[in-house]
Amino acid sequence: MFGYEFYVDPSRCIGCQSCINACAECETHRGTPMIHVDFLDRRNTIATVPFVCMHCEDPTCAKVCPADAIKRTEDGVVQSSLKPRCIACSNCVLACPFGIPKMMTELEQMMKCDMCYDRTSEGKRPMCATVCPSQALAYVPSQQIERSRREKPTNVFFFGNQRVTTKVFMMIPPERDALSVDVVDYMWEENA
Amino acid sequence: MAKPPLPIETLIERYGPHLNYVPPGGWRDESRRPADKLVKTHCCFCGQQCGIQLKVRNNQVIGFEPWEEFPFNRGMLCPKGVKRYLQNNHPDRLLDPLLRTDTGFRTATWDEALNFTARRLREIQERYGKDAVAIYGGASLTTEKSYLLGKFARVALGTRHIDYNGRLCMVSAGTAYKLAFGVDRSPLPWSDIPKAQVLLVAGSNVAECSPITTEYVWECRDHGGKLIVIDPRMTPITRNADLYLPVRPGMDVVLLMGLLHVILREHLEDREFIEKYTSGFEQVAEAVRQYDPRRAADLTGVPPESIEKAAHWFGEAERAIALHARGIEHQSKGVENCSAIINLCLATGNIGREGAGCSMITGQGNGQGGREHGQKCDQLPGQRQIDDPAARAHVAKVWGISPEEIPQAGLSAQEIMNAIHAGQIKALFSMCFNPMVSLPNSDFTREALDKLEFFGVVDFFLSETAHHADVVLAGSLQEEDEGVVANVEGRVIHIQKAVNPPGNARVDWEIYCDLARRLGKEKFFPYHSSREIFDELREASRGGHADYYGITYEKIDRQLGVFWPCPSLDHPGTPRLFEDLKSMHADGKFRFVLTPYRESGDPVNQEFPVYLTTGRVVSQYLSGTQTRRIGALVDQYPQPRIEIHPRLAEQHGIKDGDWVTITTRRTEITLRAMVVRTIRPDTVFIPYHWSGPRSANKLTHRTLDPRSKIPEFKVSACQIRKAESPPLWANDDMVNKT
Repeated sequence: MFGYEFYVDPSRCIGCQSCINACAECETHRGTPMIHVDFLDRRNTIATVPFVCMHCEDPTCAKVCPADAIKRTEDGVVQSSLKPRCIACSNCVLACPFGIPKMMTELEQMMKCDMCYDRTSEGKRPMCATVCPSQALAYVPSQQIERSRREKPTNVFFFGNQRVTTKVFMMIPPERDALSVDVVDYMWEENA
Repeated sequence: MAKPPLPIETLIERYGPHLNYVPPGGWRDESRRPADKLVKTHCCFCGQQCGIQLKVRNNQVIGFEPWEEFPFNRGMLCPKGVKRYLQNNHPDRLLDPLLRTDTGFRTATWDEALNFTARRLREIQERYGKDAVAIYGGASLTTEKSYLLGKFARVALGTRHIDYNGRLCMVSAGTAYKLAFGVDRSPLPWSDIPKAQVLLVAGSNVAECSPITTEYVWECRDHGGKLIVIDPRMTPITRNADLYLPVRPGMDVVLLMGLLHVILREHLEDREFIEKYTSGFEQVAEAVRQYDPRRAADLTGVPPESIEKAAHWFGEAERAIALHARGIEHQSKGVENCSAIINLCLATGNIGREGAGCSMITGQGNGQGGREHGQKCDQLPGQRQIDDPAARAHVAKVWGISPEEIPQAGLSAQEIMNAIHAGQIKALFSMCFNPMVSLPNSDFTREALDKLEFFGVVDFFLSETAHHADVVLAGSLQEEDEGVVANVEGRVIHIQKAVNPPGNARVDWEIYCDLARRLGKEKFFPYHSSREIFDELREASRGGHADYYGITYEKIDRQLGVFWPCPSLDHPGTPRLFEDLKSMHADGKFRFVLTPYRESGDPVNQEFPVYLTTGRVVSQYLSGTQTRRIGALVDQYPQPRIEIHPRLAEQHGIKDGDWVTITTRRTEITLRAMVVRTIRPDTVFIPYHWSGPRSANKLTHRTLDPRSKIPEFKVSACQIRKAESPPLWANDDMVNKT
């Protein structure tokens, strides 16, 4: 949908799994959810994190695919593997820095979130972001997010030396520009 | 004697709960064919009443589509809302009336079942008197049905005993709001929540019990608002709390008085507001003087610094909102807890303005509308008091009877069960209520039901309570009838009929009208549609506080809801109450109410040293009659677990996943442990949605708040120990799954 972007804000997530249930209602894969909600460490916290596919600009999953089965649409959506090409090798599952693709062994195919391509192409918002009661998953115009949220969006991530830019935005504290999950990125190294 | 005709296991095998995972026709084929129509209606579950579009084909609900134009939820839904359509076409659905025989239930014709019901009700009333029959209703019913039940009890049967499961919901708040404001409704629309500078949430697991409200809370924070959470458990909204006050169960009123103490000590109160618009302030100010932060801390287990900080934030804010729910209401001093919240708002002048005020988060689907028009034991339509002569005269005129014919107030829900147990009430006719799961001390409830000389039930699934019935009349699901409900805000909305009841199941109001005819009261129940009942309700409510006269189905559709009071057809409705700074009391004043502390009805002591508190999970609704039948929801949280802090768990050698036996002064049950740091170490928590040996309500006690008559679900005393062996049900696949 023109002008709309997808935003993930883990700090809003309440772990209700509405997104998982709604994802399973999507017509292209009805009955099978393509989304993850992680309870980080239930013993110590109620914090949870939802994950949709981040739809990378240069998708690692596609780069490691030996069968060239993973395609990115013109508008930046990285799709599930093409059934005739996919050899179910799980390279993509192992390589994705966000841990998104799932190997559907019964279908012999990798499937993952395609940002509800069937819905967005008809002017409907993705199922998960429409129903999400906390709007931890939001699909809204970018001006709206900038105007209304306390956190700010980024789509640049560092995994060690790999810089990943994505179509989906992650909400991060306002004082940060990008998100890194590696201690190395916070270190000072003489010959770096 | 209304005992189950077969072992419970056999009844479960036959009537469920079984799990429905897929829409009619399965996931891949049938369900992909397009729907005949999309019906804009509302979720059948909680008091949020989210707008949703049901996909319908061939008189079956086959899926859903979000309804983004409906302003309250704008397409948002919790997992229950997403999967609610799977209750339709469920294999457990009752398609015919059932009569109990010595060998189980058998199907019957409607004539046979209704004649039998009417005959038994008549026989018992002739033998023992009118009041030997009691009626149970429920707060998930449409307002039309709630109204009809009240009229059925008082006009068709002439019994004074009618009450409903809303008695287990927000009645403490209702009583407190009536005391302070003269009316029982949320004073503010939810669009006010993001406007507050400080949001105090007391005893409300917002994220799991009213999930859509989460977005309003987060919006408030986005705008710079501060969030204060009062709860013995860190529930999911606590992850973003600016201040978390882990109150000891049952001590809320002390904590709230501690806050008011600091506000008054620091002169943060709104003197002008207090003097001009309120009464009773001085007594309350005097009463909170003894609860300085240190004393309050000793009693509540909340640090004095946190009490100081919360009081400063609340008192210094220009706009503050306090939200509360069952945590503070399900107590033998539930009314005092709610009054203490209101006192805080009145003292700081937070009422009748945008972004300022207090509100109960009503829990049940029609928790608000279901309590306004006559299925409460002491009320007549329009939220009128049944002992008010003017109210009786008005309603009697609408009903076409004399005021003397309207019985006086009857017993409340738990009191009715007590009277059944004591042999004073001999017959019960119940709809939309599953007391075997939802009333406290379920062994007591079972004994009481067993004693009934006649027990009739209207339901769509055979609930654990209906196991005891002599007759079960196959009624309708929410999507099978038209009507209105009022959501958490007091917004009256329109439930559309999406499909017809399947098989020989019938629309509920027709069942009651047919019964009234068999009781010789046909002329008082001449309805041909829900709309006719609604039109009569509009007249009956006219001039009352909950005035629906100006509301029509068409106006609701046009405005996407109408807030009551709405006294005339050209009136737009009233989203925010008290904007003129006048209460609905005769003198127009807001009343401060004293909130003395009392001990719980089931106090902790050396023998029972641990607090037990009960509540909900996001994937289940109330007693689970519907949601324990939906596969994905059951999979999400299949079994009740007891939440224990590691410190307490270690004392008893309990590890995560161990079986733990919890014993109260009633009985004991055994559940698996969930060892988490998100609960006070002196407290354990069990969600209550399950029946039989997994029922938290086997453990709870029947102490009631003396005014609201709500049971004290949130405070019991227990002891825990590592179980010697798993419970029997652990090996039973059927029970284990549902």
